[in-house]
Amino acid sequence: MTTTQTAAPPANEKPAEKRSWWRDDASEPLRRNLALFGVLILLIIIGIATRPDLYGDSTWVRNNIFTILELASVIGVVTVGMTFVIIGGGIDLSVGAIVALAGVWSTTLATQSYGAGGMIFCALAVGIGVGVVNGILIAYGRLVAFIATLAILVAARGLAAQISGKQTQVSTNTFINDIALNDLLGIPLLVYILAAVVAAGWVLLNRTTFGRRTVAIGGNAEAARLAGINVKRHTLLLYALSGLCCGIAAIMLTSQANSAQAAMANLYELDAIAAAIIGGTLLSGGRGTIIGSLLGVIVFATITNLFAINNLSTEVQNMVKGGIIVAAVLVQQFRYKSFSQLFNRA
Amino acid sequence: MRHLPDLSRRRLLIGGAALGAGAVLTGCTSNDSGDDGNNAQVNTGDNNANAAPGKQVSIGFSAPAADHGWIAAITNNAKAQAGTYSDVEFKTVEAGADAAAQRAALQTLIAQKPDVIVLLPHDGKELNSFGLEAMQAGIPVVNLDRAFPDAKAYRLQIKGDNYGMGVSAATYIIEQLKAKSVSAPVIGEIAGMDELELTQERSKGFADTLAQAGFRVANRRAARFTADTGQQEAASLLQALPKMDAVWNHDDDQGIGVLAAISQANRKEFIMVGGAGSKAAIEAIQADNSVLKATVTYSPSMASSAISLARLIAQGRGMSDLVELQVPKEITLASETITKENAGNYLKLGF
Repeated sequence: MTTTQTAAPPANEKPAEKRSWWRDDASEPLRRNLALFGVLILLIIIGIATRPDLYGDSTWVRNNIFTILELASVIGVVTVGMTFVIIGGGIDLSVGAIVALAGVWSTTLATQSYGAGGMIFCALAVGIGVGVVNGILIAYGRLVAFIATLAILVAARGLAAQISGKQTQVSTNTFINDIALNDLLGIPLLVYILAAVVAAGWVLLNRTTFGRRTVAIGGNAEAARLAGINVKRHTLLLYALSGLCCGIAAIMLTSQANSAQAAMANLYELDAIAAAIIGGTLLSGGRGTIIGSLLGVIVFATITNLFAINNLSTEVQNMVKGGIIVAAVLVQQFRYKSFSQLFNRA
Repeated sequence: MRHLPDLSRRRLLIGGAALGAGAVLTGCTSNDSGDDGNNAQVNTGDNNANAAPGKQVSIGFSAPAADHGWIAAITNNAKAQAGTYSDVEFKTVEAGADAAAQRAALQTLIAQKPDVIVLLPHDGKELNSFGLEAMQAGIPVVNLDRAFPDAKAYRLQIKGDNYGMGVSAATYIIEQLKAKSVSAPVIGEIAGMDELELTQERSKGFADTLAQAGFRVANRRAARFTADTGQQEAASLLQALPKMDAVWNHDDDQGIGVLAAISQANRKEFIMVGGAGSKAAIEAIQADNSVLKATVTYSPSMASSAISLARLIAQGRGMSDLVELQVPKEITLASETITKENAGNYLKLGF
């Protein structure tokens, strides 16, 4: 390994302070986000090339952007919570089930009788409540996050089916249904909610001690504990935060579908994890960005849109999504090895 | 020295608030509408010779755990229909999560020696051998909706007509478009779960019938029988087809989401046909205030009929309107088209 270095020292073996910005550690998230942006532009170019008739109409293009953002909004909110949990060194497999439980609980006839305020309170309280249960099991019960949230996934879907009597519960509340129906200044309300959650998530992660602690715990929990961080309480709060995001998502999804049922938000946990991963969040924790996760969600929504406007089947779409996830993780691994190292090992 | 540090005011407040929220929430799980409307589809059999009490029989029943409205209605209907007979003992077993679990559950049912078994299998092919086994043991099997490939595996098969649903939906759409003399219509389709054979059959019936009129499906999206996926696929479909003449949505439960997406996109230039025949859809067709103009039936009322026929089989009686002394071997329900004109008649069959 060292012999080849002396023979032809590659650029990245220079001292760190002389590294150019595309090899620099500090600009790594920016580079990755730029790469995702590139993928997004590529997808749009493919869209223009395959359906020039649609993309020629500026009203259609505007509608299409909002359609993509609206379809990304629910999963986007869930992904913000998921990003925090993963950066903090955990995983939350129960998000889809929490969305379903919160949605079902807030659309029972009894809850609907309390009006929109009651429904929103109920969805948020159920979301936080289940998140807290996750947090207690993991932080204080010392269960592995994967197992604890898997158990809650199964249990929450079961409870949702029990409450709903396995029926689709229609929301008759016009305030809730109007959230997905209405615009403000030409922009759909759901897009505002997504923007607000993303902005709040960004501030929380980058500009508060809560965010710094999350990164510290995900990077090295023992070191964080020795540094005086209450790791258990913080872990509990992370899962509660994820639950809160699920509660918000439940209201949005109920509004979009005008209803809720136990099978709703199916496999959202996988979509959210995938979006966070291709957005650059390290699955082992300690690293990740909210903007990256948002871009990950939008890339997936744009692929779905591209396949829909070209009348291609869902099967092919899923295969492409899988390929993108693999590619993203491979790129993530390359980050830790210089290219010369890769070649020398081979 | 501080006493009871754990009972600080803040913790008490948070704990109290959490308890209070929990108490309020548990009160919010009720779905009792108060009108006590059990809308199961039963035939109470007034003025029907077959309704006269006969030999006491026991009927074993098994269907998959309900994950959407249609399956839930199947189980409810079967239970309610059995309840109308004084001479029927109804035994039901949970079918579990998959074909293997259902097979295990059915073994316990056989051990109870029912006179007849009514069964909606997870998968007809996988439970075919159970059908054979039960028939050989002398217990007649009534297969509900998902056919066994082997004719010896069932005494009676009663099912809906998936291909026919597509045919009925296409026929209605062709009729309407021809009446408006649209020459090259843009037709969309929102299917159910694409990996199921029944979805493929429905789509084939739809495409075949459209082709006879020289029409074709311009865009087809597959949802997952849930309202939220229906909304998402419909939003994509509407975006892909900026102008549309007609759309067929396979399932009325996911149709709640499809209709929501249509109103969210503020579109109304086309007609929509639903599938299955839910109560909400039939009411919307009757009210005629949305794009939904018709729905083609695939009614869970077949579960009620299956119980009635299973009782006759166990009692060795035929259907009183027919000449034959025994119940026929196969019954395929017609997929009927519900429109504004006849919606009133079908309202009692909506689930």
